[in-house]
Amino acid sequence: MSDRDAIIRVEEVSKRYGKVTAVDRVTLEIPRGEFFALLGPSGCGKTTLLRMLAGFEMPSEGKIFIDGIDMSTIPPNKRPVNMVFQSYAVFPHMTVFENVAYGLKFDNVAKADQYGRVMAALADVKLDHLAERKPDQMSGGQRQRVALARALVKKPKVLLLDEPLSALDAKLREAMRFELAELQDKVGITFVMVTHDQDEALAMAGRCAVMDRGKLMQTATPSNLYEFPANKFVADFIGSVNLFEGTLEVDEPDHAIVQSEELGGRIFFDHGVSGAGGERMWVGIRPEKIELLKREEGAAPPTPEDAPSGCNVTAGIVRQISYLGSESIYEIDLINGRRMQVSRPNLSRWDQEDFTWDDEVWLRWHGDSPVLLQS
Amino acid sequence: MQDWREDKTFFRATIALPVIWFMIFFVAPMAMVWAYSVGENVGPVEVAITGTFSNYAKAFSPEVLKVMWNSVWLALATTVICLVVAFPVALAMTFADEKQKTWLLLLIMLPFWTNLLIRTYALIAVMRTSGVINSGLEGLHNLLGVFGMQMGVFEPLPLLYNKFAVVVGLVYVHLPFMVLPLYAALDRLDKSLIEASLDLGAGHLETIRRVIVPLAAPGIAAGLVITFIPALGAYLTPDLLGGPDDLMIASLIERQFKRANDWPFGAALSFILMYITLIFFAIRAFMERKGGKVGAH
Repeated sequence: MSDRDAIIRVEEVSKRYGKVTAVDRVTLEIPRGEFFALLGPSGCGKTTLLRMLAGFEMPSEGKIFIDGIDMSTIPPNKRPVNMVFQSYAVFPHMTVFENVAYGLKFDNVAKADQYGRVMAALADVKLDHLAERKPDQMSGGQRQRVALARALVKKPKVLLLDEPLSALDAKLREAMRFELAELQDKVGITFVMVTHDQDEALAMAGRCAVMDRGKLMQTATPSNLYEFPANKFVADFIGSVNLFEGTLEVDEPDHAIVQSEELGGRIFFDHGVSGAGGERMWVGIRPEKIELLKREEGAAPPTPEDAPSGCNVTAGIVRQISYLGSESIYEIDLINGRRMQVSRPNLSRWDQEDFTWDDEVWLRWHGDSPVLLQS
Repeated sequence: MQDWREDKTFFRATIALPVIWFMIFFVAPMAMVWAYSVGENVGPVEVAITGTFSNYAKAFSPEVLKVMWNSVWLALATTVICLVVAFPVALAMTFADEKQKTWLLLLIMLPFWTNLLIRTYALIAVMRTSGVINSGLEGLHNLLGVFGMQMGVFEPLPLLYNKFAVVVGLVYVHLPFMVLPLYAALDRLDKSLIEASLDLGAGHLETIRRVIVPLAAPGIAAGLVITFIPALGAYLTPDLLGGPDDLMIASLIERQFKRANDWPFGAALSFILMYITLIFFAIRAFMERKGGKVGAH
């Protein structure tokens, strides 16, 4: 899978609670030193997987290896991983210093070295001036830093983060994204983060694993997840997408055509796709990859044949506009009534005035833009 | 609109009944008992309120002090044993799933709903010379004899009518008083704190010592007090299960009002028992305030 050595290897791991399968035969490798995200909607099994890495849950089947060692019989307190809990779980009866020093007691760290290590860890999260505070006198963001320092001071091989930003307010969340990424860079420890927020995962992680209903859907870099989603779920979950069902009609090495009643015509691909002719499939087109053009007064709606070579065109009417400042989102009704989303950057200060409600428009996208998806 | 809390008539009307009730059935009898405690017997059924403190002085005679010491000692032993037994029970209840929790709670509460007298006699049936335990042991003894391991004549264990029996009875009766506040405290505990402790390398015992016990301290204190106080004033259990030397203060009080017909002395003893109870309440309040200060530091 990768030429770098894997710090975590998850082999065919399943977790069942009675009849419910929370994690379904997941196989995964996480390279050493990476910022890795487990991404998926709530209930997809990502937290269960994280808790199995920490040792709070045991797999019903399969094996987990951390740094080459089978974790099947190793309890949480003997694993070379540490966790930052969603609720932070900072001990309320201890000071910040005591919280961070807590884990060192069990590592045979000499008393004399403890002070230095705790203060260094607190300096890493910029809390060294609050060492004597009690957690109930701190903000949520500060408590999270305590939880981070408390885990990092143990120098784990892997740091597990359970929804690290979900409890912070929007501004702080944004700032913390960069800080966490920088911290990971600085300490060089493998970070494994669980999140349901795709922006968070795309912004911070080097690679993401997308999960749905216990199954691993795709593991890829953020840009590959967005531009080359492996299936309909990933395309739909990461960002927005226009999805059309259709039949693969032509499948040549240099081009392909999907016939889609939903779109009211053919969709042209300027590259070969891997699929069998006649198969029912999904085509995904990202809203920003569609170009919006004015239709001349009295001009007939375009047919696919009107498209410039290598492109797709179709006609529609503007129904809804969301002006978001940096871009505008247009909801377009196609002739067959199907709705499509197009986003358009507002490059100049008057761009949003180009289109208004009920405008008759052409939609054009390059043959490189659509992706063919297995359902 | 007027704030109904500021409507004095409404407020008076709602608390009038409870206040009257409280005056007639609590304050008045207490005042009478207090009056008796400073009175003297002047006839078989007459007590004159003379303002004497001789009844209180009598309470400091060696015989009475021995009974009081006995009471405190037995109640303390009961409380400590209850804590040791109840803590794992409460911890297990906390980690049981919802369905098991309901059943475990029911199991703890069930004896609570049965009449104390019946429960105490049942305990006697278990512990007496020919009771369940001793017959069981005798059976085992005879069985060993069959296999040629006879070890002399079977001597039934003296389980009843001693301090051991009293403590067993008191623990049995008061266990729910300890389990419930402990359970309430432990159940409120954020479970991720326990997981965090394990995650940071602590074993289970270290986690209990360093995280669970300190955070459950208010619940432990509450359990200690509300177990100790009724155990100190226990009457039926020591009376039925204890021997002549295992008298507790409540039995002594009862004797003054009945057999000894010395109401003034009984009244003084009652008030002394109440003062002891109040002292323990004060200690708890003091500890709580100290604990609170540490917590808010």
